[in-house]
Amino acid sequence: MKTSFYYIIIISFAMALFNSCREDEVIYIKEVVPVTQPEFTSVEGFYLLNEGVMQHDLASLDYYNYATGEYMRDVYTDANPTVVMELGDVGNDIGIYGSKMYMVINCSDKVEVVDKRTVKRIGQIDIPNCRYIKFYQGYAYVTSYVGPVVLDGEGSDDDVYQLGAVFKVDTTTLQVVDKCVVGRQPDELDIVDGKIYVANSGGYSQGAKIGYENTVSVIDIETFKEIERIPIAINLLGCKCDRRGILWVSSRGDYHVTPSMLYAYDTQKHRMVKSFDVRVGNMWLDGDSLYVISKEWSSLSQGYANGTYAIINTKTLEVVNEQFITDGTDARIVQPYGIAVNPITKDIYVTDGLNFVQFGFLYCFGQDGVMKWRIRAGNIPAHIVFLGDNINEQ
Amino acid sequence: MLKRLTITLLAIVACCLGSQAQDVNDVTLGLDTVQYLENVVVYGRKPYAEVIPAQTLAGKKLEGLNSHSIADAIRYFSGVQVKDYGGVGGIKTIDIRSMGTNHLGVFYDGIQLGNAQNGQIDLGKFSLDNIEEISLYNGQKSEIFQPARDFGSAGTVYIRTRRPKFMGNKNDNFNVTMRTGSFGLANPSLRWEHRFKPNLTMSLSAEYTYATGQYHFRYRKKFSDGTIAWDTTAVRKNGDVQAFRAEGAIFGTLDDGKWNAKFYYYDSERGIPGAIVNNVWMNSQRQWDRNFFVQGGWQQRLSEKFETMVNAKYARDFMHYNNPDTTLMLIDNKFWQDEIYVSSANKYTIMPDWDVNLSVDYKWNYLNSTLTNFSYPQRHTTLVALATARTWRRFKTQASLLYTMINDRYKTVYQGETIAHHSKWMHKFTPAVFMNYQPVQRYDFYLRAFYKRIFRMPTFNDLFYTDMGNANLRPEYANQFDVGFWYQRLREEGFFTGLKFTADAYYNTITDKIIAVPSGRGQYRWTMMNIGKVRIIGVDLNARATMHMARDFNVDLNLSYTYQKARDYSDPADTGFGGTYKGQIAYIPWHSGSVVGRATWRDLDVNYSFIYVGERYSTSCNERSYHQQPWYTHDLGASYTFNLGKTKLKVAAEVNNLFNQYYDVIINYPMPGRNYKLILKYDF
Repeated sequence: MKTSFYYIIIISFAMALFNSCREDEVIYIKEVVPVTQPEFTSVEGFYLLNEGVMQHDLASLDYYNYATGEYMRDVYTDANPTVVMELGDVGNDIGIYGSKMYMVINCSDKVEVVDKRTVKRIGQIDIPNCRYIKFYQGYAYVTSYVGPVVLDGEGSDDDVYQLGAVFKVDTTTLQVVDKCVVGRQPDELDIVDGKIYVANSGGYSQGAKIGYENTVSVIDIETFKEIERIPIAINLLGCKCDRRGILWVSSRGDYHVTPSMLYAYDTQKHRMVKSFDVRVGNMWLDGDSLYVISKEWSSLSQGYANGTYAIINTKTLEVVNEQFITDGTDARIVQPYGIAVNPITKDIYVTDGLNFVQFGFLYCFGQDGVMKWRIRAGNIPAHIVFLGDNINEQ
Repeated sequence: MLKRLTITLLAIVACCLGSQAQDVNDVTLGLDTVQYLENVVVYGRKPYAEVIPAQTLAGKKLEGLNSHSIADAIRYFSGVQVKDYGGVGGIKTIDIRSMGTNHLGVFYDGIQLGNAQNGQIDLGKFSLDNIEEISLYNGQKSEIFQPARDFGSAGTVYIRTRRPKFMGNKNDNFNVTMRTGSFGLANPSLRWEHRFKPNLTMSLSAEYTYATGQYHFRYRKKFSDGTIAWDTTAVRKNGDVQAFRAEGAIFGTLDDGKWNAKFYYYDSERGIPGAIVNNVWMNSQRQWDRNFFVQGGWQQRLSEKFETMVNAKYARDFMHYNNPDTTLMLIDNKFWQDEIYVSSANKYTIMPDWDVNLSVDYKWNYLNSTLTNFSYPQRHTTLVALATARTWRRFKTQASLLYTMINDRYKTVYQGETIAHHSKWMHKFTPAVFMNYQPVQRYDFYLRAFYKRIFRMPTFNDLFYTDMGNANLRPEYANQFDVGFWYQRLREEGFFTGLKFTADAYYNTITDKIIAVPSGRGQYRWTMMNIGKVRIIGVDLNARATMHMARDFNVDLNLSYTYQKARDYSDPADTGFGGTYKGQIAYIPWHSGSVVGRATWRDLDVNYSFIYVGERYSTSCNERSYHQQPWYTHDLGASYTFNLGKTKLKVAAEVNNLFNQYYDVIINYPMPGRNYKLILKYDF
């Protein structure tokens, strides 16, 4: 009788012991992985922003140091261990301006501002559903899906939609100083000749009566007012201006019958100069070369298209290379996601998002299209910015 | 008298352990007898009716558990993982032996709850208020006389609502219950049971649940030296829920037969609290659900050798999801589902130890939605099950073959125009074999084994969700191999009045697993593909001891433990750091277990339960970013029943998560810390 009581007490203690199984969550310190031979140019390194799959709060920042040939994971948490819930949810863009680096954290509704060398946190700019960032004369311009809600017509569900906006942020005070309403769900933007060009997607209205947007909004930077809408194609995503004032705009298509496309619009002559029948998921402009990658699923054909790894000469407006990966590595890339080109060595970096729920890969290719190395990055490696004196302002 | 008692006892035991088995003639039982028996005898002498016995929670034992919903109670079974998004209104789904929620069939009063839209039954929506028994079967209920649909899942949970019982010549029973406690919970319920005549009874019950769903949660991280890096406590918001449930049933007994009919209605509105991420501490999405069904069954023995059973159901489910948050995509989607189901099961006894059964079911599902370019899918399912049960002395076996014929019809709609109509047919045969052997007559020691191959159909969401669905999906297969034993020893006297031990080892494979994969750049675009492959090696252990401590003082102790190695074999090339090949699949812990102890002394009942879920990863990439800490909660409850003449008042208090552990079951969905509940039950 009594023994059995002891029995129960012992069991209870055994239970209590389970308490020791739970460890404290420890912050991520950076992991340093040697990758390749050191390389010394004015490009010191690059930051890679891993998006992190939605709702997982897994956005993370990695850094590649050319001088040591080392890849470092989780440099943000390493430099800022006391930030609650780390970097945030879905890193959508990254940019360097002056001494600061800006990370647009889409689902955390903020732009995280850090020192570009130490990665120490300087502050944050609260912008809901923010997407892309560009800088101009002391200000940062950030696209956001959040603008005024518009009630059209009868007011049925279909007629309610929301416009987007470009937020103007003072880069010294990190305060939002102005907003300019643009089209629906604006994505990438670029700034040229005192004008901001914004690719409107209308992605939230997919299938709805109102449909996708098909324009680029033009904002006069002086007055910070939208002055024009240039019709290009539906569901725009990328928007990059080359040094001749040609605006390279990508359309996602409608995922059904209309595939993604690339368009070249001359901002000086105000006309479309060419459309390219290439599939575009992401693109990177380096000098006169526009690197284009994609691999997409068609819900109509229920299958993946072949991957695109193309280079377009922005001067001749010709596809000069339909397959810049020459060693067959493209077959290993599941979901080409991010693209960047080293401005000095012209090494090409392509990230693979894989299945989006695990760590993706960062691939490095030489100009000959042969893989130099690859390394696991974070969850959905996506956005790259190079670090070095006078290279970000180019 | 003694003989009568024994018969009643057997009847009760058959009812408790044999689960759905034949209806006990409850009418003859007095309530006191029931209680008396429950307190003394926990085991049955004849659970042998089943080739593979179920895990069951019933009666007082179920009532004693600190559980709000059926999902909370199922956590105590071995081999089961609950996906719990937290709070009173959070989604709670069950995954059995790592095969995935969609492989589990949930049966409510004998007929499966369907959800053709996403295949998942949120067991958090089913309260325990009116529930008498919950049973979990691996493979299938090893009973051949059942509808064909009962053969159609890799695992099944049977939920049985309370059957009316009347004492003496009392013809009406009333129960009023009020529950309140943390999360702003107000949960009154009412039940009325009435006996029209000895062979015709009915019950009506209604319940209302309101909770603000607010609770504190805490996240923190430390430096490797143990000092705090950051530590934050916040209040979980938008987890409020409001739900109304009404249920009515009528039960009739016939000569050599019985029938029943019931309706169920559930209407709720809840906030969807969402994931907690950096800089976002609140969400504002809302969901409304309205579920309604009517069902009935009739079972009749037509001759010594032939018995037949007919079941039918009509269900309509409505779901409305709304995102009013203007910083996100405005969403206002409505979904309507209809299901019509009819079944006929026919058992023929060839010889006293040889039965055969033929069941034929037909089911129709339809999904309507306000989504644009929606496919308006319909599914016609015909199921034919041929089963046999044979006994050779101490060796029992059952075998079944299920034929499934499915016809999916849907449209391709683009920009509001119907472009094409489609009709797809599918035919599949899937077998199952169950065996049970008792080596020595004298001992209640049984060896058992089963094999089952079954599939789950892609759901309407998998196939047709606008832009995300993939109409070319094939079914996802589950193969199960299980060997195990169970042993029990019962004694009338002595300290241990009962001991029971069960152990099973299993190997499951999932092939053509349907998983979401990215369908292009950007996280808003996914599609479903049949590319997953999982292999699961597992062990389930259960032990139970009943101890007679002193006069009127009994202790019942239950231990369960599960080991699962559930590995992702989808992509053999994906190895090395950050790879998924052979990684433990998402949210499956290697180790999990529970301890439930219950002590009763006269009218005092004390219950203690402990649940342990070991470390897991949120994806099959088993790296630190996805690592999930183990969690374990201690719950304590006590109740006292006052007998006031012919009426009874029960007062119960519960403390859950006694040591106030802050944990997540699903990443970034914080669970409540310590919380309390007070229950008053009045029976008259």
